[in-house]
Amino acid sequence: MSVTTKGPLPAEPYDVTVVGAGVVGSAIARELAGHHRLRVALVEASGDVGNGTSKANTAILHTGFDAVPGSLEARLVREGSRLLAAYAAESGIPVEPVGALLVAWNEEQLSALPGLLEKAERNGYDDARIIGADEVRAREPHLGEGALGALDVPGESIICPWTTTLAYATQAVRGGVDLHLNSEVQKVSSAPGADAQCHELSTPRGVVRTRYLINAAGLHADALDRRLLGRGEFTVTPRRGQLIVFDKLARDLVSHILLPVPTALGKGVLVAPTVYGNVLLGPTAEELDDKGATHTTHDGLADLRAKGRRILPALLDEEVTAVYAGLRAATEYDDYQIHSAPEERYITVGGIRSTGLTASMAIAEYVVGLLADAAGPDLDLTVGGNLDPVSMPNLGEAFPRPYQRADLIATDPAYGSIVCHCERVTRGEIRDALISTVPPGSLDGLRRRTRARGGRCQGFYCGAAVRELFDGWGESGAAR
Amino acid sequence: MRRQRSVDVLVVGAGPAGLAAAASLAGSGAATVEVLEREARAGGVPRHCHHGGFGRWGAATGPRYAEDLVEAALGAGAAVRAGVSATGWSGPLSVDTTGPHGLERITARAVVLATGARERPRTARLVPGSRPAGVFTTGELQQAVHVYRQEIGTRAVVVGAEPVSYAARSALRRAGVDVAALVTEEARAQVSRGRAAAARVPLLTGVSVAELLGRERLSGVRLRRRDGRERVLSCDTVVFTGDFVPDHELARRGGVLLDAGTRGPAVDMSFRTASPGVFAVGSGVHAVEPARVAAGEGVRVARAVRGHLGGVGWPCGAVPVVADAPLRWVAPNRLVPGASGGRFILRTAEALVCPVLVVRQDGRFLYRQRVLGAVLANRGLYLSGGWVGKVDAGGGPVRVAVG
Repeated sequence: MSVTTKGPLPAEPYDVTVVGAGVVGSAIARELAGHHRLRVALVEASGDVGNGTSKANTAILHTGFDAVPGSLEARLVREGSRLLAAYAAESGIPVEPVGALLVAWNEEQLSALPGLLEKAERNGYDDARIIGADEVRAREPHLGEGALGALDVPGESIICPWTTTLAYATQAVRGGVDLHLNSEVQKVSSAPGADAQCHELSTPRGVVRTRYLINAAGLHADALDRRLLGRGEFTVTPRRGQLIVFDKLARDLVSHILLPVPTALGKGVLVAPTVYGNVLLGPTAEELDDKGATHTTHDGLADLRAKGRRILPALLDEEVTAVYAGLRAATEYDDYQIHSAPEERYITVGGIRSTGLTASMAIAEYVVGLLADAAGPDLDLTVGGNLDPVSMPNLGEAFPRPYQRADLIATDPAYGSIVCHCERVTRGEIRDALISTVPPGSLDGLRRRTRARGGRCQGFYCGAAVRELFDGWGESGAAR
Repeated sequence: MRRQRSVDVLVVGAGPAGLAAAASLAGSGAATVEVLEREARAGGVPRHCHHGGFGRWGAATGPRYAEDLVEAALGAGAAVRAGVSATGWSGPLSVDTTGPHGLERITARAVVLATGARERPRTARLVPGSRPAGVFTTGELQQAVHVYRQEIGTRAVVVGAEPVSYAARSALRRAGVDVAALVTEEARAQVSRGRAAAARVPLLTGVSVAELLGRERLSGVRLRRRDGRERVLSCDTVVFTGDFVPDHELARRGGVLLDAGTRGPAVDMSFRTASPGVFAVGSGVHAVEPARVAAGEGVRVARAVRGHLGGVGWPCGAVPVVADAPLRWVAPNRLVPGASGGRFILRTAEALVCPVLVVRQDGRFLYRQRVLGAVLANRGLYLSGGWVGKVDAGGGPVRVAVG
């Protein structure tokens, strides 16, 4: 079990290497760790897991009610939703089944609801129903004027995307996978001249050699695809979503995920509670060509505020805790782009858009199935080892956190010592994160593991103290 | 699993207001007084203000002043418990706490909220751009420099030109950081021209921050002038200063009525909130005034708390006091029958020259006060309270306007 962040990479070839430690790549690595005793590597360009699209999304555990019926995405979202809900319950990943309302604000949207209901049923989701304006108002009293009705989708939930990715990566590493961070794959060579049996992945830290390669590189999956196959199956067009996170004191304003009725112009802007007790407004949908453009813009934020004012007027009076932007890996296709190239001992997992969090475990099962088919007897994928369960730190507001637990504080006073006051993060939790299996590489990584510095004051009170703890523990994991 | 205890007076927050209230109350010997401080040490924000201007003659530094306040409270017999957070309420006068020694539920006969204020961070100001490291508020910067002696950066831009912005400039200088400029949307610095000049740093007026640039680390800020012209100033550090808001979470969680202007608890001339037995003072009521003003309120609330403990009834019914634009807020902002005297603190959103403040109730003239000199935006503006006896307790809101 190892996590490396610097220094040369191991020379010995791996059986399987997964490129990209986002939610999908980490799920695949975990699945591989669970199935057999292969030498597996998870290779990530940045300094942390879940550091790209996976960290900046709308954090919804979808039912898949609105997927394209019959698509691979529809199937994997449906299966993945069930798998992840069970996994979350077992691993302590916070999930709240708050349900969603697709609110119709005009006649056109109202007339679209029966079609959406029918689509949900074709996707095997039978719990949706159409409700009238009065019921919408009763269930969401703070909603803006003019809602005409809604599609009620009780199965939609909110989830913590950060601990989901972290749980997969942690279990993968404990199950024997080597996680190599800061290892951007810059070149892929599969020429027979070098080693007929191996792909060679060039990274700034040296070469990773691997017999089988799984591309889960998210926004960069198309580039890797082209390098390896000499052609591209698809092109990733980053679609930016800017989001505004409102303060916890706004949480009582909204009970459900308030989804817009999809139109020809896209899925639109939602208002949703978060498991951290905040309220999310967003995302925008901007087609870009820069895969690094994760910045927010004046116009984007102004647009969100205008839309949010209509949906939930009182929300705009509340303090803003965070603004951020994420990039979805959209392609020219409507469906996931998961392709196996057995001759090349290669599988691409691309075009995994906003449903990737929900579908992650099902994608992992599907991809490992493809790998088994591609490899045949060359890889022994029949022996299924059992992974030890993981227990994630609870970042959810709906479940007891350490500062609320007298039993925990009695065993270790560090859990009674609150460092980050807005988010009520204790010294004990920060210490645990810093010495965990997959420790954070930055203060932002620490925030995603503990919520420290992520609250309304953004570090006014705790920033310096949290940095002191972060620097003090260092890479050795030993307290200063 | 929660230990339950009772005290006469529970003060939440050991800054100047809370400590002064505790010292005054405990000194009178009539009550058990406990002060909770969630930070590891008591003293409040002055602890990390390593500059003069504190104390009666302004001769003390912040840390020294904070120490004196703590000693005064302890010396008077108050219990000051640092590292203990008030996390919520279990009753109108019962506060739940978390500390290294476990969970408690403390019930008091009077609760004094002295929870202080904080600066709005970049996110709350909706400054767009990337999310790089190197973005601070003054509060974080001062702690990083003076308490933890951390590396800050090499070249900074300070957003704001208020007294706190110049304090940030000093902290940056102490940390060896070059300050490229102070930038403000206002037409001039919010301090005396002498102080602005003494800071020896470029001041860009009529300028706002349009975007933060950089990936892992800040690489610059894009500035926009009022006429729309833009330029990029390269820096690896930016400090957002001023724009203080009361830390009102506990008040709000307890259902304490807030004032729409200050965003802190609405209080009367005796710092009583609308919730019987709950008082509020200091920057948690109106963000922010000099420490001596907050401490003065602590002394004054002690009198009212003693009255409450002695059986003086809690007033029911109050007339709100409202500030009309360009005034942003006024505090105190509730007038209860029988109130008299005192002083009101106001803020204006725009600079005013020799403004005349006019107080009316239901159109009826109550008072007029001329303020001499220039009043800067977001700086203190004071209104004498000689008129409060004239307020009709059954009437509409009292309005303070620029006449």
